[in-house]
Amino acid sequence: MSSFTGKVWKLCDDIDTDIIIPTEFLAMKSVEDMKKHAFHPLRPELAALIQPGDIIVAGKNFGCGSSREQAPEILAALKVGCVIAKSYARIFYRNAFNNGLLLLENDQLYDLCNEGDELTVELEKGQVHLGERTFQVAAIPPDLLQMVQDGGLVATMRKLNKK
Amino acid sequence: MGMTIGEKILARASGKATVNPGEIITAKVDYCMSNDGTTHLNIDIFEKKLKADKVFDPDKVVFIVDHNIPAESPKSAEVHKKMRRFAQQHKLNFFEGAGVCHQIMLEQFVVPGQLIVAADSHTCSYGALGAFGTGVGSTDFSAVMKSGEIWLMVPETIRFNLHSEFKPGVTSRDLILKILGDIGANGAAYKIMEFGGPALKKMTIDDRIVLCNMAVEAGAKSALIEPDEQAVEYVKSRGRAPLALFTSDPDAKYEAVYDYDLSALEPIVAIPHNVDDVHLVAEYSDVKIDQGFIGSCNNGRIEALRLAAQILKGQKIQPYVKLLISPASNEVYLEALAEGLVDIFIESGAIMLNSNCSVCWGSCQGVIGEGEVLISTGTRNFKGRAGHPNSSVYLASAAAVAASAITGKITDPRGFLAHE
Amino acid sequence: MGYTITEKIIMKNTGQVAIKPGDLTTVNVDRAMVHDIFIPFVVSKFNEMGFDKVWDPDKIVLVYDHLVPTSFIEDSRHHKIGDEFAAAHGIRAVHRADGICHQLMPELRYVVPGQIVFGTDSHTTTYGAVGALSTGIGYTEMAAIFGTGKLWIKVPSTIKFIINGELPKGVYAKDIILRILGDIGSDGAAYKAIEFAGATIENLSIASRMTLCNMAIEAGAKFGVVAPDAKTFAFSGGDKAAYQHLQSDADAVYERVVEYDGSTLKPVVACPSNVDNISDVTDLLGTRIDQGFLGSCTNGRIEDLEVAAKILKGRKVASFTKLIVTPASRSILAEAVKKGYIKTFIEAGAIIQPPACGLCCGRSGGIVSDGERVIATNNRNFLGRMGSPKSEIFLASPATVAAAVIEGRIVDPRNYLP
Repeated sequence: MSSFTGKVWKLCDDIDTDIIIPTEFLAMKSVEDMKKHAFHPLRPELAALIQPGDIIVAGKNFGCGSSREQAPEILAALKVGCVIAKSYARIFYRNAFNNGLLLLENDQLYDLCNEGDELTVELEKGQVHLGERTFQVAAIPPDLLQMVQDGGLVATMRKLNKK
Repeated sequence: MGMTIGEKILARASGKATVNPGEIITAKVDYCMSNDGTTHLNIDIFEKKLKADKVFDPDKVVFIVDHNIPAESPKSAEVHKKMRRFAQQHKLNFFEGAGVCHQIMLEQFVVPGQLIVAADSHTCSYGALGAFGTGVGSTDFSAVMKSGEIWLMVPETIRFNLHSEFKPGVTSRDLILKILGDIGANGAAYKIMEFGGPALKKMTIDDRIVLCNMAVEAGAKSALIEPDEQAVEYVKSRGRAPLALFTSDPDAKYEAVYDYDLSALEPIVAIPHNVDDVHLVAEYSDVKIDQGFIGSCNNGRIEALRLAAQILKGQKIQPYVKLLISPASNEVYLEALAEGLVDIFIESGAIMLNSNCSVCWGSCQGVIGEGEVLISTGTRNFKGRAGHPNSSVYLASAAAVAASAITGKITDPRGFLAHE
Repeated sequence: MGYTITEKIIMKNTGQVAIKPGDLTTVNVDRAMVHDIFIPFVVSKFNEMGFDKVWDPDKIVLVYDHLVPTSFIEDSRHHKIGDEFAAAHGIRAVHRADGICHQLMPELRYVVPGQIVFGTDSHTTTYGAVGALSTGIGYTEMAAIFGTGKLWIKVPSTIKFIINGELPKGVYAKDIILRILGDIGSDGAAYKAIEFAGATIENLSIASRMTLCNMAIEAGAKFGVVAPDAKTFAFSGGDKAAYQHLQSDADAVYERVVEYDGSTLKPVVACPSNVDNISDVTDLLGTRIDQGFLGSCTNGRIEDLEVAAKILKGRKVASFTKLIVTPASRSILAEAVKKGYIKTFIEAGAIIQPPACGLCCGRSGGIVSDGERVIATNNRNFLGRMGSPKSEIFLASPATVAAAVIEGRIVDPRNYLP
């Protein structure tokens, strides 16, 4: 997990969780059913195009709005490699790590990359490479990184309950 | 030979001196009405197939949004938007959220002697005011909107003579369910069901609406009750005058005549999944319910609400039961507020809905899930009618629904009215 | 050195004697709330985590409000799962048709001053209005709370808003919070606590304070708090002496202090499609609207219905326009019936809904189609929030909404007040 490469899908500022997964799909029985509708109000074709390992690059305040955890859960189900945004809304931030979705922060990359670009992430060094350029990402608390590697909070709790 | 009231109305509407059952006539309608169940189709046919550019008479066309209000999807919202656009363009009578369509029609438009056609099956309700109402499909409706005329085959009439009076806890709702059970879902196919007899004098307009409303469940084309002083008073008090006060001639010919002794009736329930599969409520008292509904064009008026409030006063409904109450129109809602009934409903734990068809037709609000059981004052209990394909609907009176919500099981309401 | 009310509540809860913003700490949860949309997910994660029982059934509240009444065949499944879980674990506080979760929690005193409360809904910040620290979390973390009764948090720094001066006629708490959101932006308080103080705030009812704290999350805040006073004591009950310490010290350290003169505030509107896209109502006059919505945890209380009823009395909703009224709780509806407000609304042609989230959460209750415009008293106007992505939502106070539906256009509500 320490180093990986992915293709960029680029989204704007203030992507709220109603856009990531609209309310009308929340009563579907599973995240597998829901993931087809990710980003539906904004880019209805996007969910079908995302490949495992792809990287979402976004502006500020990614994941704002409702606390619906299905938002990061379906991004994890779509096997998004990571999200790199200028900043995150706080409920989304916690929910993402709790579901094994890696979130990185950098405020310069956004303006310099385009959809379709390839990015390489080197977690141990805290770096993201776009061609020749290198960007620094903010350090993630080690226990959060461990939780992502475990697979999320459920895995951590199962360990606690010795299950 | 004499004519029935139904034949007289059709004769007048077609400009003929007499008509006979079996005869095909072309009649002018006094009103045509369409709701958000099918109006989007009707508009399409009118504009795209008939290529019509105006309705025959805007004052005589009524569009009512009542089924899916407030909208539960962009699709329903789109239908409502389309209705608004057409109504504005053609300057039609338009109602959105004011009540279920047949209640609005009765409150605001229907008078004795009229012929009214609507794109909804329960149009037979208007027989309560001595008007011939019948439901039609989209193609017929669109053609009527353009021309103001409809071709009809004159139906035969079946007469129901009602005697004596109801015992406490028994209502006209139980009567119509019993009749449907006796004659069957096809028992009045293409006929007019005409209700009359000595009991009628004591039957309110509400009672009459309850009877006429479900005639279509026996396959009837229409239902009629000869208008009397009560019917005249009802329309006069609303600033309207009868068009014609027809009665059936003493030598009118009926295809069949039935007599009913109201005092012999007990509370009735129609069990899943057929409206004519009727039994005594008392025989189904083990059946647990998930949801109860009091409302609809059949049983959502002030009389039904009063009876329910009588039973619910000072009581709480079972915590696991949802009791949904939808007054049939804003006018009824205001009456219920004035009489303190809404306070009782809120206190009991019931859920007050706006006036809409939702629970009866299984969409928008009060939709039941897999394996759930609904006891309802609605008009139909086909499989899946109220929501999930694997769910069940029992039809009963408002009193039985209220009593059942308190116990959590299908319950004979007479136990709750014993102190009367 | 002094402490903010937020720091004091955390210290009292954890027993720590000195904390500062940025510290990680584990708090003991005083109350946990889950509403019907997320109940199946919390239950599923709880079971997956391997817990056999909840840490304290009396500290859990289940509220059915997003799916009341049911609009789709899957909806009642959520209620059945809630009922089964409550029965299995001895949870007695289950509210099946009593109103919106964020209204019931303070109204029924499940939250009182000084407590730390979490809910599976972003607007859990509402209870800061009674001097509690409350915030929204996801269902996986809620499942962990169900099993352990604890949660780690990062101590937030606080931005203090001091508002003095008398609010002019026609300006309400909703206008205050929209103004603030417009000024600091939708991430202007990200990860922070917001504290509301000043004479204007002291003069607000608890209901109005709930409006402010409710929308703290729209600036990205973790908590929104008003220090408790005599009004809070009357509302929440309990011992007044116990609230004495729940005040920020005069020498408390804030990240920022922003002052407003309440007497200069005006009626404002959040324009499509961001809650911080604020305009004065006077810049939007004449904008056609198709539907008004009066309700939600933001503005569905009796004082909100009262303002709207005063404007609508003797008037009608414009033709081809709708007003949907959704009181926030059963007791509010009962009071509105007694006071004649419901009568006024129906006479005006409004559509009255049962106490629940209704249209605010965008699942049902007045969904709109392409090109339609809604003016609403709730807290979000994101793209597609109420139906079609080609519809538009304006957020405003109850007065602004009530006036708008009379004309079918945005108008200055001050011209319609008695």
